[in-house]
Amino acid sequence: MAKTRDRGTAQTAGNPSGLPSLPGLNDDIGEAKRLELYRSQVEIRQAEQRAYDLFLQNLVKGTSHLSLGQEAIAAGFAVAMKKGDLTFCTYRGHAHTLARGVPIEKVLGELMQRDNGLMRGKGGSMHLTSEEHGVMGSYAIIGAHLPIACGAALTAQYKGQDFVSVCFFGDGTTNIGAFHEALNFAVIWKLPVIFVCENNLYMEYTPIHEVTAVHNPAGDRASAYGLEKIVIDGNDADVVYREAQKAFAKARAGGGPSLIECLTYRHSGHSRADPAKYRPEGELERWKEKDPIKVYRERLKQFGIRQNVIDDIDKDVLRVVDEATEACKAAPNPPTDIIFTDVYADGGWAWRN
Amino acid sequence: MAELTYRDAVARGIAQEMARDPDVIFFGEDVAKAGGVFKATVGLYEQFGPRRVRDTPISEQAILGAAMGAAMTGLKPIAEIMFSDFIAVCFDFIANEFPKSRYMSNGQTKCPLVVRTGNGAGSRFGAQHSQSVENWCMMIPGLKVVAPSTPLDVIGLLAAAVRDPDPVIFFEHKSLYAVKGEVPDGEILDTLGTAKIVRPGKDCTILALALMVPRALEAAKRLKEQHGIDCEVIDVRSLVPLDTQTILGSVARTHRVFTVEENPRLCGWGAEIASIIADEAFYDLDGPIVRITTPHIPLPAADILEDMVLPTVDRIAETVRRSLSA
Repeated sequence: MAKTRDRGTAQTAGNPSGLPSLPGLNDDIGEAKRLELYRSQVEIRQAEQRAYDLFLQNLVKGTSHLSLGQEAIAAGFAVAMKKGDLTFCTYRGHAHTLARGVPIEKVLGELMQRDNGLMRGKGGSMHLTSEEHGVMGSYAIIGAHLPIACGAALTAQYKGQDFVSVCFFGDGTTNIGAFHEALNFAVIWKLPVIFVCENNLYMEYTPIHEVTAVHNPAGDRASAYGLEKIVIDGNDADVVYREAQKAFAKARAGGGPSLIECLTYRHSGHSRADPAKYRPEGELERWKEKDPIKVYRERLKQFGIRQNVIDDIDKDVLRVVDEATEACKAAPNPPTDIIFTDVYADGGWAWRN
Repeated sequence: MAELTYRDAVARGIAQEMARDPDVIFFGEDVAKAGGVFKATVGLYEQFGPRRVRDTPISEQAILGAAMGAAMTGLKPIAEIMFSDFIAVCFDFIANEFPKSRYMSNGQTKCPLVVRTGNGAGSRFGAQHSQSVENWCMMIPGLKVVAPSTPLDVIGLLAAAVRDPDPVIFFEHKSLYAVKGEVPDGEILDTLGTAKIVRPGKDCTILALALMVPRALEAAKRLKEQHGIDCEVIDVRSLVPLDTQTILGSVARTHRVFTVEENPRLCGWGAEIASIIADEAFYDLDGPIVRITTPHIPLPAADILEDMVLPTVDRIAETVRRSLSA
């Protein structure tokens, strides 16, 4: 049964109240996972807000694309993942990278282009990669990483390994050819891959509905590839987590790919260069009412988690972000000799003898 | 020792590597059950089965993307792009993804894969199925680029490409598929980044690649027989890494250089080599470096027209003769 709803409304599937059907601490998610989901969202939020502040201080260089308002998706999937599962991000990939446990200092260091950065300044904000955490790269050419995730899933299938590849992308990606090639490929080879569309309603500056033939950019394409139409509330980490678990179970059981459209909204512009003045008046405010962190604080309270536990998480994350910020400010620039390393597998850049 | 076609050498090279390493897989359009549109992969599906030899949809981005994802996670894929002209529809992977992931990730990401592709003219297919596009790949840091001219080199360089830890674009020339050559029995393994002096000579150096190698050799034979000009012919074989030592060593002996390039003139591989020679061996030269190329035009389909624009034995011989007598 397809799960759909109108564009721009974000409520729990099948439950208009937004409340989980099972009150108390002993529902299917449980307190420990809920606190994990909350902390992950707060880490992403605070790290990205800090990145924005550091940009205003001219300490974050280059471009950056924030996921403020979209944290529930990265957190919900990451908490549902097992060690060994692989994440493929876009240039808007800070959230998915942090959610896999990559230290905030490493991410901020890369954004600040310091030697302590995740890739020592060689990749930048749009290419965060930490293979030891299963973060197999952030891809800045729209669509490219969907086929790449298929290839990783092929390895799992070929070698009989049970890891799943998860590929996050925006609504705009559904209009590029690689999206369609990858979906067809994944289905015909029944690959253990999950395609996660974060529909934040804007391609970059243009509303997605103005440039897309269908109402749900990913969900309405699913049937073309024999997939179930899945459109969920991307601002509710519980909803995301539950849907992710289903998709992982399907993939690990040999059931092939899933395509999941998560409805959400980015609080900031497309990139740091975008003040997002194209948004209709009041839209941002309406979505801030559905801010995933606000939603989740309420959820925790409903499940009887004490305010001081929530506050302690906030404070602890702030401490980590503060410490990371200071460490990055104190970190040196990368040494210039790394300009010529790792072009080829021998570690160097020689193209001739 | 057996006589093998260039076409059969492709299948033998792939089979050799698939038999050696279970992580080698092979996929592309019509490559498995049909044995490839050029019949260069006949028998592989039967020998290695549907898990390892796979037909794909007409989805060049998915083919190369999947190859990359597989390579990043422990397999050694060989992917086929049927005609090299189609590289244009999946160029993102060749230009942006394969060659930059290791660098951008500060050495974390590996990409050991081979893209095999049918390159070059001579089949009268017109401007979109006949191009020599090795220079499209040569210009990108992070790739390796190979173009063999003989069945023996096909096997040896293909084996080297599969075992190489970097992404290798392997250009097979469509007009060489039917050419035969002697190939020894047993495992064959060559070395990337090595040019080969295929005819020693003392009067000039002719640098050639792929289909232009047999033409340069025929021209050299004619120049010797008819004009007493003794040409050294070098099969460049590998554009990246480039064996500049073999090339510069030859220039130091012969003092004159000609390139024979099938690509349209601008930014052809010979231009880069000419620039290296001008930089590093200028005082070894007794005359200008001369590039013999296809004119800077799209390729026409008609046989009589296509034959006029590719460098021919006549044009090579005449250009060398005139230049050396000037």
